[in-house]
Amino acid sequence: MPLSTGELAALVARDIPAGSYVNLGIGQPTRVADHLTPEQGVILHTENGMLNMGPAATGDDIDPDLTNAGKVPVTELPGASYFHHADSFMMMRGGHLDVCVLGAFQVSVHGDLANWHTGAPDAIPAVGGAMDLAIGAKQVYVMMTLFDKQGRPKLVPKCTYPLTGLRCVSRVYTDLAVFDVGAGGAVVRESFGITREQLRQVT
Amino acid sequence: MKLRESVDEAVAGIADGSTVLVGGFGMAGMPFDLIDALIRQGATGLTIVSNNAGNGDVGLAALLKAGRVQKVICSFPRQSDSYVFDDLYRAGRIELEVVPQGNLAERMRAAGAGIGAFYCPTAVGTPLAEGKETRTIDGRDYVLEFPIKGDVALISAHRADRLGNLVYRKTARNFGPVMATAATTTIVQVSEVVEAGSIDPETVVTPGIFVDRVVRAEARSYMVEGAR
Repeated sequence: MPLSTGELAALVARDIPAGSYVNLGIGQPTRVADHLTPEQGVILHTENGMLNMGPAATGDDIDPDLTNAGKVPVTELPGASYFHHADSFMMMRGGHLDVCVLGAFQVSVHGDLANWHTGAPDAIPAVGGAMDLAIGAKQVYVMMTLFDKQGRPKLVPKCTYPLTGLRCVSRVYTDLAVFDVGAGGAVVRESFGITREQLRQVT
Repeated sequence: MKLRESVDEAVAGIADGSTVLVGGFGMAGMPFDLIDALIRQGATGLTIVSNNAGNGDVGLAALLKAGRVQKVICSFPRQSDSYVFDDLYRAGRIELEVVPQGNLAERMRAAGAGIGAFYCPTAVGTPLAEGKETRTIDGRDYVLEFPIKGDVALISAHRADRLGNLVYRKTARNFGPVMATAATTTIVQVSEVVEAGSIDPETVVTPGIFVDRVVRAEARSYMVEGAR
């Protein structure tokens, strides 16, 4: 059976090494936080300037001065810290952040990432921190469906959408399979309700 | 010396065609009162450097709507509530330079630090590096990036003393400390002004040397509805 988004998020959470500093991208990747255990001791980074970010804020805890990178009100955990943007991106670019989990339009079997722009001529380009994260974190995990809405594979020999980063993704978590990607191409780690032969045909 | 009586006094003298660094990440840390004063002040043909290109009808969006902005340099213009910018952009009435968020911060940091340019690995091999000089250093590729210097920075902080030392509040800090260093004239609105010595020197985030004008303005907050 293909995995639900929640199951996929749980799978990613399971694979994050204990004690890691982790950035979860906007959208589906934020759901990974729901599945991290206190024993893992993972510290979440949000690029707008905070480490040890807590869950989304509700009710009286909502503070307009405390949001995540998706501009959703969040909370702080004990031991949180705040810092300015140059420091925040230094944490990525300087190789201090262990893992980031990002969504994607396409990933190539060699680890190229396309997740910021569809290339549509009328689209207003907006990149945010995607390019900095892609090349900055020590491990870049992508979380996405294996096929797009038109049924085309999103794990591709070569990206056709505008690139976010070159050879930066190390692992791709999809509803149908988990792949390691890199110089040697894509290698299936696990699959869910699809045979390896079927996977080979589509990717 | 640095303290101003009103926000209008604080933004006096901003010239047409200025490059204005505007703090904030979405609504958090947006210097709403300074921007409103800038709209009253009337400077036009501005280049705005900010993470976003305005939300709703307030703050930066209001300045755009007033037709004062020629160009926006930002990382993420498109948001669920960026309709003022979207309409201007689609009508061809505003220029846009999209810069990766970390480069936006680092280019301003470089300006503040007196760095001539720097090689950065962000955006290598992507459309945002097209036409830029690249260089391989120790086997890794980098793109040459130049500083972004402001004529003026408008930022919001939590508390200032009379010498202009600043502390911020939570993630509203965002671009404030970087922008404060990168402009010829840095103008700060704060919720509270205290006497010199009232802020523990160990906790000062922006030392007063980077701050030119301080004005007190009641904290205003707009709750963000939904993501982005």
